[in-house]
Amino acid sequence: MFSKRGADYDRAGRESALRIVWVYPDLLSTYGDQGNLLILAHRARARGLAVQPLQVRSPDRLPEQADIYLLGGGEDGPQALAAQRLNADGALHRASAAGSVIFAVCAGYQLLGRSFFAKGERHPGLDLLDLHSDRGPSRAVGELAGPVDPRLSLPTLTGFENHGGRTHLGPEVNPLARVTAGVGNDGATEGAFRGAVLGTYAHGPALARNPALADLLLCWATGAGQLAPLDETWTDRLRADRLATLPGG
Amino acid sequence: MTLPVSDPRLPIRARVASAVSRTAAAVSRATGRGDGSVIGGRIGLLIDPDLLANLAAGRRIALVSGTNGKTTTTRLTAAAMGVLGPVATNSFGANMPSGHTSALARAGRTPYAVLEVDEHYLAQVLAATRPAVVALLNLSRDQLDRAMEVAMMAARWREALAGHSDVQVVANADDPMVVWAARAAPRQTWFSAGQRWHEDSWVCPECGHAIVRERDQWWCSGCNLRRPQPQWTATDQAVVGPDGLRQPVSLALPGRVNVGNAATALAVAAAFGVPPAAAAPRLREVVSVAGRYAQVERDGRWIRLLLAKNPASWLEAFDMAEPAPTLLSVNARGPDGLDTSWLFDVDFTPLRGRPVQVTGDRAYDLAVRLQVDDVPFRHVPSFAEAVASVPPGRLEVIANYTAFQDIRAELDRVL
Ligand SMILES: [Zn+2]
Repeated sequence: MFSKRGADYDRAGRESALRIVWVYPDLLSTYGDQGNLLILAHRARARGLAVQPLQVRSPDRLPEQADIYLLGGGEDGPQALAAQRLNADGALHRASAAGSVIFAVCAGYQLLGRSFFAKGERHPGLDLLDLHSDRGPSRAVGELAGPVDPRLSLPTLTGFENHGGRTHLGPEVNPLARVTAGVGNDGATEGAFRGAVLGTYAHGPALARNPALADLLLCWATGAGQLAPLDETWTDRLRADRLATLPGG
Repeated sequence: MTLPVSDPRLPIRARVASAVSRTAAAVSRATGRGDGSVIGGRIGLLIDPDLLANLAAGRRIALVSGTNGKTTTTRLTAAAMGVLGPVATNSFGANMPSGHTSALARAGRTPYAVLEVDEHYLAQVLAATRPAVVALLNLSRDQLDRAMEVAMMAARWREALAGHSDVQVVANADDPMVVWAARAAPRQTWFSAGQRWHEDSWVCPECGHAIVRERDQWWCSGCNLRRPQPQWTATDQAVVGPDGLRQPVSLALPGRVNVGNAATALAVAAAFGVPPAAAAPRLREVVSVAGRYAQVERDGRWIRLLLAKNPASWLEAFDMAEPAPTLLSVNARGPDGLDTSWLFDVDFTPLRGRPVQVTGDRAYDLAVRLQVDDVPFRHVPSFAEAVASVPPGRLEVIANYTAFQDIRAELDRVL
């Protein structure tokens, strides 16, 4: 089932653990960003997959062989510093070229683009997604929701956004969703993806309310066509509760 | 109730405003609209915007601010300062200028005041009250969908303190953000109360380089910001002062974090000349703080209420709570912040093995969070049902701000 990237085996010949890296928790961690790591690990283990979670702080080198890389939100200064270090390190670019999954939220999403604004200046991004971000007229704070690109076969995206940026997509990326509540990229579209790189303004533990998106990332990372269903009683109730608060919900 | 006599030292406009403020507060209390401390202050400020400054004049004042522990530390400090005489204080947690105005008006003439200050209002209250001492406890993420980012708050504090050449700062040596802000003041006393939460201070606010931590120490890898040597240190059951003397403290409040708050209170009181040995016995008088830590008996259940409003204070609540049946309640109304993402900043695994129930407006957010941490739980629609479903004995209740208020109101109704 680890066909897509070729399985990694340990010395005993067993499939080794799914490696999930939280990139720079010292810089990119504001709103429960750890949640995405915990949720992916939990959902993978519930399917019997071994997981090796890793937190790599910014002074350290990023491993190139991980299966999933997670980037969280951050304040202006740390965001700029993170982009600078990731560009200097190069491991994330090489991992992405080799097919690793990258999931980024908020400031982490912005820095995957060509450029972004922080502390009143334009900074070069990682150029892993064809998009750029600038300052919006007002801060976008509140519930964010909308139908996801049908090619991903996911239910409605639901999350909470809190950002001052606006993101403009280039022709090489697809918007993750259409916005029906909140702002997202620009009030019309929200998030972006290309290949196994996916970013969203649904900040913090975005996967808590979007377990199907978590499973999609796990499928991309493992090459699995589908994963065994889990008991979604509480995630279903949470999603229904959040979507019901929206106008017309 | 008795109203303090009108203070002849106040200018006439301030005297009128002060009297109106007390009356409004009394009406508000009598009609059951809260304790009246905020509404009274608001009306007073409408009549005389300088009222707070006028009421503060002639008193020696200590301010207490920070993300967590400020209400408790204010109560402990007021108790310690009681050695010197009557102390005015905003003991209802009304920590904005309207609450300060109301507290000082209500107290009448007192030589001393200890005021809890919302961290956003520190600059304004510093300017109005000209305090002798300011205690700075900590800065961490708190309702980030409406509050300022942590580094920005530290910068605001720093700016506010730089303008006051006569203030003595009593500040937490373990919090890099606090130390950076406090260094702008002319004189500092440092205390060490320990800090469980480090997630908001990995980046130096001075130069942007990484903060390095090793055991109790921390320093910036790029500039000279580092942990100052504390003069006051909290240990398990005691506070060690600048003379190296160990002052035992026996508190009615639970948890290591409150010994830290006691250390701060003793340091502030010492700045006013109160010897720790004289102040320490008075700290035990503080048994509950605005309903927090209060124990209530209901149908054979001993219910203890713990307020936890952000990740750092949830960690402290798990430490204070006994391994007994536990009810968690979370709301996300205005005062709580609308965003529940912080639930994933809290490690809930200390609750494994305790019978856990969840309730509140955002019980489903809690449910999903607990599931991820492999903590079994039961969802209950109401507090009453939670109480009914545990056996006689202790029930620990940990709730965030409005959830806590809801449960308090419900307990008050029944009793
Ligand atoms: Zn520095």
